[in-house]
Amino acid sequence: MEPRTSVIEKRLKHIRKIIAVASGKGGVGKSLVASSLALHLSQKGYRVGLLDLDLYGPSSHIILGVKNAFPTEEKGIIPPVVHGISFMSIVYFTEEKPSPFRGIDISNIILELLAITQWGTLDFLIIDMPPGIGDETLDVIRYMKTSEFLVVSTPSKVAMGAVGKLLTILVELKKPVLGVIENMTMTNSVYIQQEMKRLRVPYLGRIRFDDTLEEAIGNPDRLLNTPVMKDLTRLLQKINL
Amino acid sequence: MHEWALAESIVMATLEEARKEQLKTITQVTVYIGELQQIEKEIFLFALNELAKSQKPPIKTDAFVLKTEKSTLLCKTCGKTWKYSDMKKKLNETESESIHFIPEVVFVHARCPHCGSPDFEITKGRGVVLSNIKGVR
Repeated sequence: MEPRTSVIEKRLKHIRKIIAVASGKGGVGKSLVASSLALHLSQKGYRVGLLDLDLYGPSSHIILGVKNAFPTEEKGIIPPVVHGISFMSIVYFTEEKPSPFRGIDISNIILELLAITQWGTLDFLIIDMPPGIGDETLDVIRYMKTSEFLVVSTPSKVAMGAVGKLLTILVELKKPVLGVIENMTMTNSVYIQQEMKRLRVPYLGRIRFDDTLEEAIGNPDRLLNTPVMKDLTRLLQKINL
Repeated sequence: MHEWALAESIVMATLEEARKEQLKTITQVTVYIGELQQIEKEIFLFALNELAKSQKPPIKTDAFVLKTEKSTLLCKTCGKTWKYSDMKKKLNETESESIHFIPEVVFVHARCPHCGSPDFEITKGRGVVLSNIKGVR
């Protein structure tokens, strides 16, 4: 009998809102949106956790410049607080080495992390999701029943193909979708906006492509002052975040 | 002390199952501890006994029976098997501790000792499993 599933609800009991930042497509900026959202909420004075569930290619720690941090053991593991964010990632245990996990391993890792992580009381837990509708997405839906989704796309038709499939399954499973953010825009194309109308999903707006963003990666103070953060803040106001 | 969190999951799952089976008292709970998770048995048992106090339905004192399950790792490339204990000495303390927290990171820190492949699976002895519950209806 699998015992870990029994304790997950208790671990998440004192978290007011769980937001999974997801996309059907890789490379659209999920990790940047998730990390920036966590920073934004922390700056507003909320108690915030960030869980990087991209187990093959975790990158939130790179965006936030997390170095020399490790969870402490206390009736489970307590995530270290980095820039005001309780931050949990597989990277504490993989040391930046390649992670050749199969599907069953992914589910086991998620169960283990959810069963042993002591988040305590949080206003928000942000989840940086991997791309697609695989084990991670299905496990978040299954074990984190109160989770809501914030979906990221780029203006590309290729991205939209995969994002549309994720949104369709979320709607089918009646999961709340807070909205869709169109990231890295370079024109005023209304293609994504129209697609969201067709799918009946809230379109939150655009984050403009910023060719200076790379210089702020790894430096949260600089990230907070980027045009990306300004655009994101404007979009988040629409959903009262 | 992350053993405490795992013990908590065992106690909660035991109570859930006992309620389903309408047990009035839980008399024995058999738990298998997989070799890979390298649980501190004494700490784990202490946590189980502490957490079992004042539960409903009640769990009898000393109800927990812990059994260690040796691991079997099977290489998907060459088909050979081995045990975690055979390879443990090649891992450093940090790698071994990481496997203690998340057994699947064995795929990150170890390779098949026969062919060097990272593509292997844990067929036995991964982690903590609730095997059997006995009680009185």
